[in-house]
Amino acid sequence: MSKSKSNETRYAIELKEISKMFGSVVANESINLNIKYGEILALLGENGSGKTTLMNMLSGIYYPDAGTMSIAGKEVTISSPAEAIDFSIGMIHQHFKLVEVLNAMDNIVLGTRGKYLKPKILKEKILEISNKFGLEIEPEKKIYNMSVSEKQTVEIMKVLYRGAQILILDEPTAVLTPQETDKLFAILRKMKEQGSAIIIITHKLHEVLTISDRVAILRKGHLIDTVETTETNENQLTELMVGRPVSLKIDRPNVIGKNTILNVVDLSVVNDDGTVGLKNINFKLKSGEILGVAGIAGSGQKELCESIAGLTTANKGAVLYNKENIIGKTPDEIINLGISMSFVPEDRLGMGLVGSMGMVENMMLKSYKNNKGFFIDNKPARKLSEELVKKLDIVTPTVDTPVRMMSGGNVQKVLLGREIESNPNVLITAYPVRGLDINSSYIIYDLLNEQKKNNVAILFIGEDLDVLLELSDRIMVLCHGEMKGIVDATETTKEELGLMMTGRSLEGISLYE
Amino acid sequence: MNDVNKKAKQPIIRTLKRSERSTRDTIKLRIIAFVLALIAGGVFIILIGYNPFELYGTIISGAFRSDMAIQATIKFMIPLLISSLGVTLAFKMRFWNIGAEGQIIVGAIFSSYFALFHSDWPHMLLLAVMFIAGFIGGGLWGLIPAYFKSKFDTNETLFTLMLNYIALHIISILRDGPWKDPGSSGFPKIARFDVNAQINKVFGIQFGWIIGLIIVIIVFIYIKYSKQGYEISVVGESKATARYAGMNVKKIILRTMILSGGICGITGMIQSSGSDMTLASSVAGGVGFTAIIVAWLANLNPFGILLVSFLFSVLEKGSSVMQSTYGLSTYLADVLQGIILFFILGCEFFIRYKFVLRTVHHKGGAKS
Repeated sequence: MSKSKSNETRYAIELKEISKMFGSVVANESINLNIKYGEILALLGENGSGKTTLMNMLSGIYYPDAGTMSIAGKEVTISSPAEAIDFSIGMIHQHFKLVEVLNAMDNIVLGTRGKYLKPKILKEKILEISNKFGLEIEPEKKIYNMSVSEKQTVEIMKVLYRGAQILILDEPTAVLTPQETDKLFAILRKMKEQGSAIIIITHKLHEVLTISDRVAILRKGHLIDTVETTETNENQLTELMVGRPVSLKIDRPNVIGKNTILNVVDLSVVNDDGTVGLKNINFKLKSGEILGVAGIAGSGQKELCESIAGLTTANKGAVLYNKENIIGKTPDEIINLGISMSFVPEDRLGMGLVGSMGMVENMMLKSYKNNKGFFIDNKPARKLSEELVKKLDIVTPTVDTPVRMMSGGNVQKVLLGREIESNPNVLITAYPVRGLDINSSYIIYDLLNEQKKNNVAILFIGEDLDVLLELSDRIMVLCHGEMKGIVDATETTKEELGLMMTGRSLEGISLYE
Repeated sequence: MNDVNKKAKQPIIRTLKRSERSTRDTIKLRIIAFVLALIAGGVFIILIGYNPFELYGTIISGAFRSDMAIQATIKFMIPLLISSLGVTLAFKMRFWNIGAEGQIIVGAIFSSYFALFHSDWPHMLLLAVMFIAGFIGGGLWGLIPAYFKSKFDTNETLFTLMLNYIALHIISILRDGPWKDPGSSGFPKIARFDVNAQINKVFGIQFGWIIGLIIVIIVFIYIKYSKQGYEISVVGESKATARYAGMNVKKIILRTMILSGGICGITGMIQSSGSDMTLASSVAGGVGFTAIIVAWLANLNPFGILLVSFLFSVLEKGSSVMQSTYGLSTYLADVLQGIILFFILGCEFFIRYKFVLRTVHHKGGAKS
């Protein structure tokens, strides 16, 4: 029995002195946090600040080393995700956990322990819940036919169907367009009105300010502060999060004397499974500019990068580098043509680097062939690694420590550093700041701007529209593998980009599909 | 809001993934596992009514008690060592070559052709040709699954495994037909090699042990310091990364499997003309499978393989002595081997995970 049972102080969740260690690493230390029913709490913090660990303890994935958790005023232990659901806690992960070939209904009931319901009754039940919270859902639609936003709705439905009163959303807006984000927020507000407690993890400060009632800020495993949203602003939040004042402005240096380096003509890619990867893409990439690429995840960004880098074969079209068509050539042949193009792929450890190797061996990835003869020579690579460590402040015990043991920001610095060191004329970067904290992100932006000033042509695939708008000179928008237009970054707005991302062409007249 | 009426229990023991251990700790853990295996094996020996110290002693002394015993131990070790080095190259590339057995056999067949039908050639020339033929034979047998893997992405585990049986039965065909010994009065067997086609002895043991040592060094240098070895590691880690770095992944797979199979083929040549003096269907005799275990136990390190294959040979030779001394079945050695493997492979789990006991909680508010 808990002592205080008066309704006013009955919290949905009360965390007292929660601590969690991983080996010698402190993930959370003495966290005290309360969430009321009918409240939206934003959890803010840099990478590695312990947000996800804390939420994973609530959802039964980890167990705290010390401290107590109370749900609805009762002290509980949660030892598995299934039990979290029993305590009416539902977590919506960043990566959807849905069975693609099943429809929404089947995914919703999958894993519930209740007895089998006839599809008709189940459908009614689902529609009833969706009306209550204002969710738009088509119960019979297959997941693979759904957009990202629809999939997320199914995920939310999944936890609501299980009777969740407490919702945890881990970076729910990372994959959404501005319009979809607004829709999601409307749903969350409705749920709040119905008395749910909602915790939302996000990096985007303006979203925090829009949706939340209170903001809890974590730094290095400690709860730094909890502030009322109405009494704070972006600068204060950043300062609390990073620990010192940070300028949030991204530079956009102006480079004069641009000339076209890469001319992409009618580029089309058909994926292995027969779907359209890219359809008739046309653009020119100029030296000394950053061409941003916006689009919902999976709109052809990967195909675009990989076909230019020679990793995917294009079915049609050409990529002209000084009048030489490089489509159909392997990465090896492109290098041998004397074209210095660098590609920083999205999948850092799966493509750009070898996780189990140290910096030295990873530096050799691009240069080992330069050494004549049968043997490798790692001396230049070692020298380069040591220089990069100094130049980019890479934190690593030694240059031989496997890169997979480094933090995301450092891994990205290793990768970007290696590519920049080869003095490219063209630099293609896919999501270079994904998973990076604010500080590291700004270092990466600075590096890219420095390259731009050196007259490098940069193709920047991004996901955060605010960053794209501030950093790029021009922005190309992709949707379903098609180019919806290229706009001047200084003149366009986020809303305009959002509309183009969902299929409206630049004129805003013809609706896609 | 009052569906929270259940007090959940935390499981008594949970497993947690641990951060990576240092190499030192890992080695320590493996040694502990080995000692525990000996103790568990000892319990088993007690259960069947013998003194474990005596039996373990017999195994050690059996392997080393005389020059002849030592020679026999080394003789066991040669094929194991060389074929383990062969599969290591493929494993480094994450190509699951389970076909060392077949590659050994085909290497032996290729080299035996020269031993049987060209025994009049000058001795050194003949051996050199046999050596190369063994390499080519094994290499070809390794190339087949590699080709299909790179072309159609077939499953190399099944492919290499099935090729073992094909190779084994090719020997039977040769033995019963074209290569049947005319002087064996109808008994199906292949003729004994002419002395000219037998490998010379050094310190009473066939020359193969020197070849083995040389291959240890070559493989070590190849993996660690050559461009090709570097390519193998990258392809093994991630084919996407290899392609990104401009490597020709298909070519690397084919080349590595020729080498992997080729080294196993050398094993066949050495075993047939150095130890068996004929081409027997037992030329591989399971060595190709044991080699997989040896390679993994040694963590794909060539010098580790030297040590592990030596220990395996001691166990093998020692238990045959134990068998004759105590009238025990040789299967006892297999049981002991199995126990050792169980413990050492089992300890991999402890390298990656740790157990956490239920933490006792101070009595909080809710009592049910």
